[in-house]
Amino acid sequence: MAIARTVTDPEMPMLTLEDLGVLRSVDVDDDGGVVVSITPTYTGCPAMATMRDDLVRSLQEAGLPDARVRVSLSPAWSSDWITERGRRALADHGLSAPGRAPARSGPVALSLMPTRREIACPRCGCADTELTSEFGPTACKALYRCTSCLEPFEHVKEI
Amino acid sequence: MTDHVEPASHPAPDPADAHGSVYDGLLDGDPSHWAFGTDFEDPLAGVDTTIPQGVDAHDLGTYCLMLADDALIASQRLSQWTSRAPDLEEDIALANIALDLLGQARLLLARAAAADPSVVPTLPEGSPVPPEDALAFFRESGEFRNVRLVETDNGDFAVTIVKLLVLATARLALLERLASSRDHVLAAVAAKGVKELTYHRDYAGRWFLTLAQGTDESRRRLDAALATVWPLQAELFATHEVERRVAEAGVGVDPATIADDVAVVLAQVFAVSGVDQPTQGALAGVQGRQGRDGLHTEALSLLLSEMQVVARAHPMGRW
Repeated sequence: MAIARTVTDPEMPMLTLEDLGVLRSVDVDDDGGVVVSITPTYTGCPAMATMRDDLVRSLQEAGLPDARVRVSLSPAWSSDWITERGRRALADHGLSAPGRAPARSGPVALSLMPTRREIACPRCGCADTELTSEFGPTACKALYRCTSCLEPFEHVKEI
Repeated sequence: MTDHVEPASHPAPDPADAHGSVYDGLLDGDPSHWAFGTDFEDPLAGVDTTIPQGVDAHDLGTYCLMLADDALIASQRLSQWTSRAPDLEEDIALANIALDLLGQARLLLARAAAADPSVVPTLPEGSPVPPEDALAFFRESGEFRNVRLVETDNGDFAVTIVKLLVLATARLALLERLASSRDHVLAAVAAKGVKELTYHRDYAGRWFLTLAQGTDESRRRLDAALATVWPLQAELFATHEVERRVAEAGVGVDPATIADDVAVVLAQVFAVSGVDQPTQGALAGVQGRQGRDGLHTEALSLLLSEMQVVARAHPMGRW
């Protein structure tokens, strides 16, 4: 577990997979092999193979040649699983951390107005920011712009 | 894609606390950092793929193909906007949506293959092509089970938005119900897909409203798009025999049961946008056959020829 904890996300290397909430468990199976479970942030996340390879390599380097990585699809990843340390690391690197994921009961409500989030600029701290796009350079981020310092920044979406 | 680390604002990674710099992989010949997809893997590795009792394996496999093909073909169409969208934000948004759908398609194709290996095309012995790729790249158009809505041309931005609104609204309603499927894989894919499709539907709905209330030209195009797309939406709610059977087995969802909910959401978008409910009738099938039966328009053949050409030229995965 200690080794698996050190592996970082290939797209956000300031975060470990544990901080991102992607690392779900580390178990030892009946044959004594290490089995690491990870879950994708988004179904189409193209970084899963790299995460798996990074985990296997780290565990091999630590003397665990038979480590396996399995994908856990359920429960689905939530941005609420990003740890406090992960949120600080995001902010330290100019990324805005997600708020609480929407609690769902009953049918998903349609929202025709831009998503309202109270987000401060991670660079200058100004609270007056505007949404540029709900979709960003990776599946898990939205694009914002600070109206004070005018810098664009990325916000990890609530999901 | 990997985010590039900006030297000015990011401290260099400490080799002691991780596996070193992001460039190490390029230096010591580790192939895993060169590109994604350099090796093949089972996307359902470690997932319980036991077939629930009371459902026919071939029915389950076919049903998974229906769900997968809608996502796969829609994804391929949407990705044709890449580098051609009206602006960079929409380019990225459409590519993101295409990626989400591709991820859903991949898991569903893998599920189809695990449920019923007989649906997977036969490839030359020794081919490294995994089952989900064989299904995507080595089936003929008549073997695809998608609705015709997703295969038709992108048209202009308005046509794409109307198609996406209809698809995302219907698929979201379907996956909300499918999340309680007795099949563990379908339930998990659905629960995750609901979160993704919520963003897709909101995106399309907001653009629908924007185009409707924008300029005379955007409104003209939206009205024309609605008239073009509307005949294709009824097929989403027509129950196929296989869908009926898997629904009865508690594994799938009868699409007729989501029609009312979808109509309510679309009516809400139309009302807010000041657009009249379309009245065009449904596009006919041929002798009762529609997309779910493998009956398609010429558009699918053209799309597949582009999508499949490289894989078909190299069935042994070497070039």
